[in-house]
Amino acid sequence: MPAQRSGLGLLDRRLLFVTGKGGVGKTSVASALGHLAARHGKRTLVCEVDSKGDLAEFFGVGPLGFEPTEVRPGLHAMAMDTEESLKEYLRLQLRLPMLAKIGPLARTFDFLANAAPGVKEILTVGKLTFEVREDHYDLVVVDASATGHVVGQLASPVAINELVKVGLVRNQTDWMIDILTDPDRTAVVVVTAPEEMPVSETLELVERLGNETDIEVASVVVNRVLPELFARSDEVIFDRLREPDAMAALGERVGPGIDTVMQGAQLAVSLRRSRVGHLTRLRDGLPAGLPVLNLPYLFTRSHGPRATGKIAESLGEELGF
Amino acid sequence: MARPRSRSAADGVDVETLEQLCASKEIVVSTGSGGVGKTTTAAALGATAASRLGIKVLVLTVDPARRLASALGMEQFGNVETRVPDAAFAAAGAEVQGELWAAMLDTKQSWDDLVRRHAPDAATRDAILANPLYQSITGKFVQSHDYVAMERLYEIHNSGRYDLIVVDTPPTRNALDFLDAPERMADFFSSRLLRWLIAPYRSRVLGLASKPFYSVADRILGTQFLEDIAEFFILFQSMYEGFVERAQAVTALLGSPQTTFLVVSTLEVAPSREAAYFLSLLEQRRYHVGALVLNKVLPEFLLDPRGTEAAGLLATRGDEVGAKINEALSLGMPHAGTVLTEIGRSFMDYQVVGRRENEQRRELAAIPELTLSVPYFDDDIHSLEGLLGLGETIWS
Repeated sequence: MPAQRSGLGLLDRRLLFVTGKGGVGKTSVASALGHLAARHGKRTLVCEVDSKGDLAEFFGVGPLGFEPTEVRPGLHAMAMDTEESLKEYLRLQLRLPMLAKIGPLARTFDFLANAAPGVKEILTVGKLTFEVREDHYDLVVVDASATGHVVGQLASPVAINELVKVGLVRNQTDWMIDILTDPDRTAVVVVTAPEEMPVSETLELVERLGNETDIEVASVVVNRVLPELFARSDEVIFDRLREPDAMAALGERVGPGIDTVMQGAQLAVSLRRSRVGHLTRLRDGLPAGLPVLNLPYLFTRSHGPRATGKIAESLGEELGF
Repeated sequence: MARPRSRSAADGVDVETLEQLCASKEIVVSTGSGGVGKTTTAAALGATAASRLGIKVLVLTVDPARRLASALGMEQFGNVETRVPDAAFAAAGAEVQGELWAAMLDTKQSWDDLVRRHAPDAATRDAILANPLYQSITGKFVQSHDYVAMERLYEIHNSGRYDLIVVDTPPTRNALDFLDAPERMADFFSSRLLRWLIAPYRSRVLGLASKPFYSVADRILGTQFLEDIAEFFILFQSMYEGFVERAQAVTALLGSPQTTFLVVSTLEVAPSREAAYFLSLLEQRRYHVGALVLNKVLPEFLLDPRGTEAAGLLATRGDEVGAKINEALSLGMPHAGTVLTEIGRSFMDYQVVGRRENEQRRELAAIPELTLSVPYFDDDIHSLEGLLGLGETIWS
């Protein structure tokens, strides 16, 4: 039962797919999870699936390739490349090294992979489960596809299995499915934000994962939770300070910018408030016992290793480290 | 590598507003990464165009996450084009001179329609529809969505049923696939590998295992699967020409002067970068980038230097200021200092983000004809009224 797992339970898995609606901060949570796992002594690989190149920035390193780069002690990062994955598959798993070497044929295969739906998905999931099977890492964290596509990706071995009844590919998908559907080894982490659409999509995704796959959801991470500006009990002070006499007095002491600053405070209050309802809806809509972790909004200029470290810290606190 | 600006004003009119853009184009493709309000923006633009220009508008969503229905205030609509009733506009307190229609793309359904249209005879049609590979490709896999979306757009545009079609696309990286899908599909059907795969089944002369290639393919994929593939493609070959022709026509349509692209983004780090990437890509391919719409933009007052000064004083000396105010006005509020300190710090925090957004906006605004900013709304838009309200803020 997911309810009983917390803290290291999450990091004790072998393969974590981090997904969520686009723009909620999947990559930042995936990199923070990797960061945290490595800090707890786990040999960790973080893999970016959509190869947008964002992951490298979160770790403060140059462009990532298919060959993993050690970005910190014990923490490795790579970018998925389905053509490389196919070559590795032909070489290592089917023991057909010559096929991988024939340039034009490899290109044709890549071409097939681009054109024939499903091939890219299986090459991606295949590579990730392979790393787990071979015990290359203690933990593989996947910066996975967005909600709209992740179910198709995770379900691809089963879909291929239904199509291909015998042959080597069939043997391959069998072990992939074993790893994917073992809740002790594999789980999904859904990242969301306290806004309407991300919450709706998260609820939908958790339900779809339950209905269409046998892969466990380990937790939901709410990213970018805005801070409470001041306690509810102090609201009357805020209201009083905005009365004309107080504003005039404040203006005398801090200058004419006080109007703007108060406007900013009002903005902060209403942004925070508009999100509370979405958080409640999320908690109410999720299956009982599924852990929900909160990460604060970071007021930083950009993301980078420093921000990743901060998020990892908050995540560690939420996980009870 | 500046794109000649004149290309956009093919009809000799400089586009200065979304109103002019919508009036001069037949297809608006709304693109952007997930979560930036792309669907809502597309729906708002469609609704406003129908209401204000008095034309017949279709909003077509191809996003697998089904969001448009709720934004249009409709319970649901499917693959069939559905008219948003005038009564809905009346309820939203708006007049509609034109017509607003909406449709969502059901991938499976659209593929089936496509096969029915292109299949040379009933036997081929039924064989394709029953082929396991066909069913799997159309039902389960992601990319088939992109091709069929473009195909449907083409079909609807060609029918001449609408004055304006606003298309909502999947998130950016997929929008790339979306643009390439027709060409890729055409390439696929003319692929050499495919011909190799099909050859032995076609002639039935060659024993499967007689050539090394097939023995390898057989080892990897299994005979039954190879047969399914072969059957699928032999059947599809009969529709090959129709497909390739269509794919080329769709590609041409996207690049034609009737079509414009709208890039939607927020000014957050990741979406901005994707927007920048997509803008440059569209420019490279010489697609017309009509407008950049920036959603959830923080207000400009955050950049006011007088605000910075006041906030800085509050953040560092809030307690002192609070105590003085308390005394001067006899507030009896001992926490005033804490509240003022918090207010000052919070302003500085938001200002960091506001500054970053401002720089981001300047960079992004270089490529598109128009850049429009939409402020933060407290809640997402669920009603036609909300959509029209949003439309108004960017319309003219």
